[in-house]
Amino acid sequence: MSQYRLNYLEQLEAESIHIFREIAAQFERPALLFSGGKDSITMVHLAKKAFAPGKIPFPLVHIDTGHNFPEALEFRDWLANEVGATLIVRKVEDTIKQRNLTEPKGKFPSRNWLQTYTLLDTIEEFKFDCCIGGARRDEEKARAKERIFSVRDEFGQWNPKLQRPELWNIYNGRIHKGENVRVFPISNWTELDIWNYIRAEKIDLPSIYFAHEREVVVHEGQLVALSEYVKLDDTDTVIKKKVRYRTVGDMTCTAAVESNANTLDEVINEIISTKISERGETRIDDKVTEAAMEDRKKNGYF
Amino acid sequence: MDLLRFITAGSVDDGKSTLIGRLLYDSKNILIDQLEQLEKSTKNRADGEIDLALLTDGLRAEREQGITIDVAYRYFTTPKRKFIIADAPGHVQYTRNMITGASNANLIIILIDARLGVIEQTRRHSIIASLLKIPHVVVAINKMDLIGYSQDVYNNIVIDYAEVATSLGLKNITYIPISALNGDNIVDKSEQIDWYEGKPLLEFLEEVEINNDINLENPRFQVQFVIRPQTEDLHDYRGYAGKVISGIYKTGDKVTVLPAGIETSIAKLEVGGKEVKEVFAPQSVTIQLADDIDISRGDSIVRSTDIPQANNEVEVLMCWLDDKPLQPGNKYYLQHNSRLVRSVVRNIEYKLDVNTLQKEAVEGNVKLNEVVKATIKTASPLVFDSYQHISGTGSAILVDETSNSTVAAVLFAPAPKKE
Ligand SMILES: Nc1nc2c(ncn2[C@@H]2O[C@H](COP(=O)(O)OP(=O)(O)OP(=O)(O)O)[C@@H](O)[C@H]2O)c(=O)[nH]1
Ligand SMILES: [Mg+2]
Repeated sequence: MSQYRLNYLEQLEAESIHIFREIAAQFERPALLFSGGKDSITMVHLAKKAFAPGKIPFPLVHIDTGHNFPEALEFRDWLANEVGATLIVRKVEDTIKQRNLTEPKGKFPSRNWLQTYTLLDTIEEFKFDCCIGGARRDEEKARAKERIFSVRDEFGQWNPKLQRPELWNIYNGRIHKGENVRVFPISNWTELDIWNYIRAEKIDLPSIYFAHEREVVVHEGQLVALSEYVKLDDTDTVIKKKVRYRTVGDMTCTAAVESNANTLDEVINEIISTKISERGETRIDDKVTEAAMEDRKKNGYF
Repeated sequence: MDLLRFITAGSVDDGKSTLIGRLLYDSKNILIDQLEQLEKSTKNRADGEIDLALLTDGLRAEREQGITIDVAYRYFTTPKRKFIIADAPGHVQYTRNMITGASNANLIIILIDARLGVIEQTRRHSIIASLLKIPHVVVAINKMDLIGYSQDVYNNIVIDYAEVATSLGLKNITYIPISALNGDNIVDKSEQIDWYEGKPLLEFLEEVEINNDINLENPRFQVQFVIRPQTEDLHDYRGYAGKVISGIYKTGDKVTVLPAGIETSIAKLEVGGKEVKEVFAPQSVTIQLADDIDISRGDSIVRSTDIPQANNEVEVLMCWLDDKPLQPGNKYYLQHNSRLVRSVVRNIEYKLDVNTLQKEAVEGNVKLNEVVKATIKTASPLVFDSYQHISGTGSAILVDETSNSTVAAVLFAPAPKKE
């Protein structure tokens, strides 16, 4: 009977496709939040499969912090065109001007937190009732607690003490006017599952996921790419290193890892043998407090 | 490699979160930075031991109170298997969160504090395990270190629990004496508990047979979404997207669309846009039919020789999940996978008493966490099986029309025998 058995990647894929179809059926105006990283790229691939031979029935929305890797932006435009999806880009820069927000200061000024404002404005502008996010539960302790269909109030806030029961594969997306639901179709995937799937499905990725030469500065043991957004001190020394990215976020708050991996096989081998988590190794902004993610989510973050 | 989903259950402080922490720690599934964070948050503790429960207790309130409030999911892999763990809260108040985690589990680990033995929460979670028909049950008798690793105490608890299991009809039970705190019988066999002859927990989890848990006998499929590209080259394309809930479908199969009752056959099957000759549970697929029929979301496509029940009155076992009690006469939405119908709960026959496991008369309203037998009447017919027969078509939820909350877990009972 083994021919009627799915391996774990096929099981995860089947679950995610099921979720995508629930989204399309239950919501009037869903949107896929596209960050440009491997998780969003995997989501687009899954969405494509879910609705083939039709097109993906919702737009890709990119909340652009203005601190992106150029390679990621180029890839974003190429991918949207490739799958024939509508791409909506809204810039944090514009929100800062319109709302007279204060730019974060410091050496690596992160606009990560300000994204929430742009996101909530964009939801308002397009009246999105569902935002599809690529968060995985293995990423972080607060994420590990969130439902697949996560209801947010009018202010986009997550209330972790009042989550709806979520039984079997039945997803209740009913909401009141003004509320919206964040749905996470790849909740149950781990970082390694994503990489293995990318390899199995031959999914294209931006070049920065593979080893390349780059000018970096060392900050508390982490390698930060040199860019116009990073403010150097006199004590900083810029060095050239062969690196790759494990996640792709903002240039100011994503660290690179030293690597010689040029192929997916090599990347996967490096990830299997690493002793540090994805977030721990690559995020510069998450170390502040243990509850950093929970607090951001409570305030409307992804 | 296959995938086992399991949940830890049992009363508050029985050591569920500690057990999971221990499993991850001893199987080397914790990374350096996560360990550092753990050590940092444990520093505030008087005894200086690292608190493994903090690996899953991810909410601020949980860390402050030292209890679990909502399910946390953790992922780990050994060379033999992949695991998805749901760490459930033990507190009665958060039973609905426990049910959330339990509804997708292949296996449940029920922890019992060896000092306390079988208590009310042990029974409550066992009732839920039996209602949900979780195929495998491990009873982990924990904190053996606190009772001097006594075989007598262990044996007495096994005898007590066996009684609970019998009255609930729970099968496939494995008992393991453990100390989550010290790591006895978690990953490695305990030296202290030398009288125990079974496997340590992890070895058991790696080897338990789960492949027969999926029903491949009775084909069941519900339409989630109709794919109609309406482009020039796909002008007449009409694909019914959904999940194979159980069984196998092949091209050419004679099928019936329910509840309409129209017969047709399968013209084409696709998975992720690629044509295939057959599909099976739990794949997400697209079905094209030979005839043009009016089909929409929530309709079922089944093999014409294997027809489920179709009725607008159904007997159910129901677990109430909302703080607001069931309001007799109120309409609720019943969501049966992708089918949404209005419904009303009638004839509440009895409730299950958690302590005696006996059926009791219901006085007043049905309240949070109560399990009752009732009849639900729906505005249009449901196409279903008993939960016992096919869990995927035998389960539903009730949604409050005004608050939109999910207020009940509903399990369809077997059809009453015809006289
Ligand atoms: N001595 C001893 N203490 C234990 C053992 N397992 C857990 N504990 C302690 O029991 C307390 C509660 O453990 P938790 O793991 O938080 O309990 P829990 O079952 O997850 O509790 P809730 O999630 O709130 O229901 C902690 O202080 C643990 O250190 C054990 O095997 N032996
Ligand atoms: Mg706990």
